[in-house]
Amino acid sequence: MSALASPKPAPKLSLASQISTFLYLRPWLILILLLGPPLFWMGVVYLGSLAALLVNSFFSLDNFTGLVVRQLTLATYQDLFTRPNMDIVMRTTAMAASVTLATAVLAFPLAYYMARFAAPRVKASLYLAVLLPLWSSYLVRVYAWKLILAKEGILSWFVAQVHLDWLLDWLLSLPAIGGPSLSVSKIGIFLVFVYVWLPYMILPVQAALERVPKSLLEASGDLGARPGQTFRNITLPLAFPGIVAGSIFTFSLTMGDFIVPSALGNSSFFIGQAVLSHQGTSGNIPLAAAITIIPMAIMVLYLIGAKKLGAFDAL
Amino acid sequence: MNDPIKPAVRFSHVSRHFGEIRAVDDVSLDILDGEFFTLLGPSGSGKTTCLRLIAGFDRPTAGSILLHEKDVSRLPPYERDVNTVFQDYALFPHMTVMENVAYGLMIKKLPKAEREARSGEMLELVRLTGMGQRRPSQLSGGQRQRVALARALVNHPRVLLLDEPLGALDLKLRQQMQIELKSIQQRVGITFIYVTHDQEEALTMSDRLAVFNQGKIEQVGSPAEIYEHPETPFVAGFVGVSNLVSGALAEAITGYPQMFSIRPEKIHLAEAGAGVPEDMYAIDGRVRDVVYLGLYTRYLVDLDGGEDLVVVEQNLRTTSMDVLKARGRPVRLLWQRDHIRRVTVGS
Repeated sequence: MSALASPKPAPKLSLASQISTFLYLRPWLILILLLGPPLFWMGVVYLGSLAALLVNSFFSLDNFTGLVVRQLTLATYQDLFTRPNMDIVMRTTAMAASVTLATAVLAFPLAYYMARFAAPRVKASLYLAVLLPLWSSYLVRVYAWKLILAKEGILSWFVAQVHLDWLLDWLLSLPAIGGPSLSVSKIGIFLVFVYVWLPYMILPVQAALERVPKSLLEASGDLGARPGQTFRNITLPLAFPGIVAGSIFTFSLTMGDFIVPSALGNSSFFIGQAVLSHQGTSGNIPLAAAITIIPMAIMVLYLIGAKKLGAFDAL
Repeated sequence: MNDPIKPAVRFSHVSRHFGEIRAVDDVSLDILDGEFFTLLGPSGSGKTTCLRLIAGFDRPTAGSILLHEKDVSRLPPYERDVNTVFQDYALFPHMTVMENVAYGLMIKKLPKAEREARSGEMLELVRLTGMGQRRPSQLSGGQRQRVALARALVNHPRVLLLDEPLGALDLKLRQQMQIELKSIQQRVGITFIYVTHDQEEALTMSDRLAVFNQGKIEQVGSPAEIYEHPETPFVAGFVGVSNLVSGALAEAITGYPQMFSIRPEKIHLAEAGAGVPEDMYAIDGRVRDVVYLGLYTRYLVDLDGGEDLVVVEQNLRTTSMDVLKARGRPVRLLWQRDHIRRVTVGS
């Protein structure tokens, strides 16, 4: 008989624990499995299409054949920096900036209340109220607003009831932002933009305020600061990253949107509409691409400015 | 009242109720100018609420709080001449250490040069010179704690409130900071009001302390008074370790049924049947458990009457081998008659 005592056979492992052990001993494999799909999506599909966009903006359109000439040139950018296109850029940027400012001013008090004072139940229902509009179609909501803002709509009726129609008429008579009715004016576009993007401002600001410990506010008061000073010196700087995060949403969403200005605007285009018409109607993909580069460039400048202001210091 | 020394802080029948809960229940207390005063008690005993009432973060339901004879019960925190060192330090994360320390002076609109000079001095006092340009997140726990102290002290408050400031530090650092805090307090001469649940910390640092239990003060006194003359069973049990003896057993030992306390270190462990000197009490028992703790050994002794007593003896001449053999051995416990403290059971 063999003198070699055979070791006890290891108990048979289940398939699940075999796989687990296999992966446990090879951390790099887990990393590949974990990051592979998102990296593929980000790297190839997402950044790839952005690169294609950038390249296309350096091609040009042959005015006679209407075909894209695949040769690197700055001709498209020359077309871009002409008065009519620059008007579109300025108009859109001004709208995006005012919408961002208005959403920030409106969102802050609500976010502050949610983060600081609301009882858990109240907070949950406020979350719901903020998110609820996002569950319904954006198109439906925009057209609902068109009806609300129409000359015969409920808003005009209400304004007449409280005898403020002179104010509305005066607003609509203003050059550049006025129009025949709220539903065909820059004011109308502004109102609808503020409505549709407000949740995107409330949530990050609320999250930022939530992270400010109450003891910091107490400490500031303890060191002699009145509530106003505490707000300026502590609350606002610490909420600033949240405001910047929210403004990235409201600003870039406004910059790229074509539905609201089409529904409530007149013939003066916004960037989104210009891109749509260039790449769709006139087939000028290079110019459409070049126009798209502009909001991206503005966002980059905006973030650099925000960083200079210390928006990310507390992160 | 007509006492010659004016109190820095006076609680006059102060209560703070949160609905049904009486966090602070009719507390009256004088804290003297320049003393290191500790509010000691378990969590939920009302000591932190008292501190928040002095700071102004909370207002009393009833009664009044006087700061240097001025009623501040209805004043907001920024109108009170006190500063607080918070349990979580509450340093402003978006400011440098220097900006944190200078915050109170900035609010008072002092010129920048003076702000920086005074903050620099404070950083020197807490031994953080050269750290002024760092962010709080780049500091260790002990360093943050010292920044919080400097930020409060730079305003020269008449009273400094400290809310368990050493709770988050490890034991060695905590002991070091206890000594440091005490010496800083003696140098600046400001009244320190210190909240802790750590009785050793309270005994180490305080000039006087108040022991809190369930929203009420059980006893006020110097560390020695509190330790040696606990007036209630709660104080006897919370400050240090005490054996509480009552009823038939108390009567069997002393001849009176009144409850008394005896500290474990005052009890002498003698051989069974040892003689009893005239000035000593004695009781027989059997060692149930022995815990060797290096510096000393703790014995749990079952008494013949059915209860047990804790006895502590220093390991002056004994080793772990010797003491562990004591388990199961019959012993006679002896202690001086004047070492017992008769305590009255509170309402």
